[in-house]
Amino acid sequence: MANKISITVNGKMHTAEVEARTLLVDFIREHLSLTGTHIGCDTSSCGACTIHMDGKAIKSCTVLAVQADGSELTTVEGLSKNGELHPMQEGFREEHGLQCGFCTPGMMMAATDLLKRNPSPSEHEIREALEGNFCRCTGYHNIVKSIQYAAGKMNGATA
Amino acid sequence: MTKYIGKSVKRLEDKRFITGQGKYTDDIKLNNMAYAYILRSPYANAKVNSIDTDAAKAMDGVAAVFTGADVPESIAGVPCGWQVNFKNGDTMKEPPHPLMVRTKVRHVGDAIAIVIADSKAIAKDASELINVDYDILDAVTDPKAAAQPGAPLVHEDVPNNICFDWEIGNPKDEVEAALASAAHVTELEFVNQRVVPNAIEPRSAIGEYDTAYDRYTLHTSTQNPHLTRLLLCAFVLGLPEHKVRVVGPDVGGGFGSKIFHYTEEALVVYFSKIVGRPIKWTAERSESFLTDAHGRDHVSHAKMGFDADGKMVALQAYTYANMGAYLSTFAPAVPTYLHGTLFQGLYTTPKINVDVTATFTHTNAVDAYRGAGRPEATYLIERLIDLAALEMNMDPAELRMKNFIPAFDGVEKEGYVTQVALQYDSGNYEPVLNRALEMIGYEDFRAKQAAQNNGKLLGIGFSTYIEACGIAPSAVVGALGARAGLFESAQVTVQPTGKVSVYTGSHSHGQGHETTFAQVVADKLGIDIGDIEIIHGDSDRVAFGMGTYGSRSLAVGGSAIVKSIDKVLEKGAKIAAHLLEASPDDLNYEDGKWTVKGTDKSVGFGDVSLTSYVPHNYPEGLEPGLDFSSFYDPTNFTYPFGAHVAIVEIDKETGKVELKRFIAVDDVGNVINPMIVDGQIHGGLAQGIGQALHEGTVYDETGQLINGTYMDYCMPRADDLPSFEIDRTVTPCPHNPLGVKGAGEAGCIGSTPAVVNAVIDALWKAGHKVKDIQMPMTSERVWNAMNAG
Ligand code: FES
Ligand code: FES
Repeated sequence: MANKISITVNGKMHTAEVEARTLLVDFIREHLSLTGTHIGCDTSSCGACTIHMDGKAIKSCTVLAVQADGSELTTVEGLSKNGELHPMQEGFREEHGLQCGFCTPGMMMAATDLLKRNPSPSEHEIREALEGNFCRCTGYHNIVKSIQYAAGKMNGATA
Repeated sequence: MTKYIGKSVKRLEDKRFITGQGKYTDDIKLNNMAYAYILRSPYANAKVNSIDTDAAKAMDGVAAVFTGADVPESIAGVPCGWQVNFKNGDTMKEPPHPLMVRTKVRHVGDAIAIVIADSKAIAKDASELINVDYDILDAVTDPKAAAQPGAPLVHEDVPNNICFDWEIGNPKDEVEAALASAAHVTELEFVNQRVVPNAIEPRSAIGEYDTAYDRYTLHTSTQNPHLTRLLLCAFVLGLPEHKVRVVGPDVGGGFGSKIFHYTEEALVVYFSKIVGRPIKWTAERSESFLTDAHGRDHVSHAKMGFDADGKMVALQAYTYANMGAYLSTFAPAVPTYLHGTLFQGLYTTPKINVDVTATFTHTNAVDAYRGAGRPEATYLIERLIDLAALEMNMDPAELRMKNFIPAFDGVEKEGYVTQVALQYDSGNYEPVLNRALEMIGYEDFRAKQAAQNNGKLLGIGFSTYIEACGIAPSAVVGALGARAGLFESAQVTVQPTGKVSVYTGSHSHGQGHETTFAQVVADKLGIDIGDIEIIHGDSDRVAFGMGTYGSRSLAVGGSAIVKSIDKVLEKGAKIAAHLLEASPDDLNYEDGKWTVKGTDKSVGFGDVSLTSYVPHNYPEGLEPGLDFSSFYDPTNFTYPFGAHVAIVEIDKETGKVELKRFIAVDDVGNVINPMIVDGQIHGGLAQGIGQALHEGTVYDETGQLINGTYMDYCMPRADDLPSFEIDRTVTPCPHNPLGVKGAGEAGCIGSTPAVVNAVIDALWKAGHKVKDIQMPMTSERVWNAMNAG
């Protein structure tokens, strides 16, 4: 019943045999030992498992590993390049956008996706875009500021 | 001297979290590890006639299946850490909380069997093959209904389900007499509903037994590794404490729910030796809903009396507090010593009595949740005073000002002795409210409210709260029933090169101790913050600790660190004096060096630490090394306070409440890292506002938790909340060396009543004189309140 899949994760190709029912998040955490992607719920609600699949934010608990066959994934471990923090990571640190850090990888992956679609979101747009990501620690206040920081930095860099 | 203290130093721990390298319990994989799934009762009250596990055991990949019958009788279950006595002196009813049920289930989620297998999927599949024969019985879920004659019993030997009754304050007849002669009495009956803490990291535990050393290791998502070890060893499994290591690695939020010692921790440890493999259990979210200790759940009736001038003359409160089916670790303390003792609030009320009845119900356990008892006390007092202002047609801010305890700093003017057993340390209450009024622009607000004309009702709600933090003086809590001391320990090890390792018994699960504590150490020692490491959460590395809860880390844990640093500096001065050929009294310590006063002769911290480990030229009779442990037991609680104000708009057509602004002015004493304190306030506000507007469990009459998932339980989301407007005043704590009071719970304590008060205010001003709307204030409830009669 094993299914062979090939998935590129953070630029590296992985080939593995998985059960048809294996969730993508379990594949990432258990098979690839990339534990930066978290599991916070069993109803696809919390967003702790958010990653990018072919450039778009998805909840990896809502996708089967076999459905991701042939796709390119980026997880939080792939966010920084050449030892340099991504502006989103920098923003979260500068603006105290994390406390326990559990929601943070998913938050950052959702937020980078937002900035790709909307490089200068308003506070309202940021808050709406985070509907699918729960944080119990920060009250979201500093997460909004972190994303604004990243937007400012990324816009500055491209301007 | 203060290069770091008072500065918003960016967090040192963030790097690992933002790069996905945090290590939470479920991220840990051990060799040959097996996975556990726990089969749980789908019924709230039932007799268990039989459990058939044969088919599950026979499944491929299953290592073992155990039930309550496999746990020896000698293991009675997990203990309760706080004893409250009945009014008549009898000890509270304390039925055992077994690791897995033997003959009876008492709440949905009670553990029936543990399946241990090669993967969590196999364990879960196998659990479906377990056959349980139940006789389903009637259940009771409401704490007041549980105490009525004829209610279904949770434990056969606990009459009327009453765990204890308790009271504090002035004699009831005095309070009643004062109420009888009051010019105005405001009376309110309400429910402070049950909420679920919902740390985003589900609980997880890994038990491991090492045959070579005859030693156990428990990795667990806990706020409290050492206390967990103590309870596990001494009270549950009977293991020698030195043979058990408990590690609370990175922990994804706690909010109280991870203070307690849970049955699953004992199960994975106990069975890891029997199975001969490490065993990991991680809760699924729906399992967290059923088994993480819940918060609040009070049914109350209260009266507050005023004289003709609006001075409070008396307060009487009756509360039924839900304990759930079993007593969680600190459950009895929450409605009593963390609740009844707070009824003085910020006011001079001369007569107060608080009467509490704690009951068992067929529900999951209730214990400390962010604020723990203090939010419930604040909710009651602050709802009453705002309602009184409406009834008496007075301004709610003015009414509070009129009743505030006058300022006292705990030094020149001694601490305020309350009617309910506490002595406040220091307080200055008018400035927080004044500042909040200024931030709102209160002068114009009422005119704006009257003129509002956009189809929406505008309302403003106040809450001026006090809390007791820095938990706690051991002798005091011991006298009040705690079965533990609540001191904290810290070891400061200065390495030969002058780098510093600090081992603290506090535990960070988001609070940022690795930064805040390092700021304190860096400034006290005058060294670079990069030369310091803060180590916590591992009983093999940190000798002892009491963990983090009750906003105690800096006030108690930080004070222990300061004590050890003082010892380092005292010994260091002796070594420096020797090297400088001076007397220790003639030395000054500043910027990391000892200088002979009035000269430029000095020796640095690093030279002294090296000398202490290479003691060739060394003071006679002095021990080598620079390494000190301390225990700090506070002399009092700390008492942060603040003023919270909510401004809401209610849609007249739909009843939808929109929180337009939230202003919080808090006084948490001295502040080490303003950025982190602000973050703590923000998080607390979101949880307190969440209770007012969104959250709350729903149990049906059979005892099913019918909103036990994130699809059904409404967590506050980013677009439910505004950005917060916060500020603070600083009234230092007079009795700890840092002058700090604690900031973890403030936001959650003050905010809930402010939001409810704002909705009630909006309705009254529009002519709907409702006294209460049940939280969470959904559109439906608010619409019904607007359209009743
Ligand atoms: S774990 Fe995927 S949304 Fe919660
Ligand atoms: S930082 Fe803890 S859940 Fe968001």
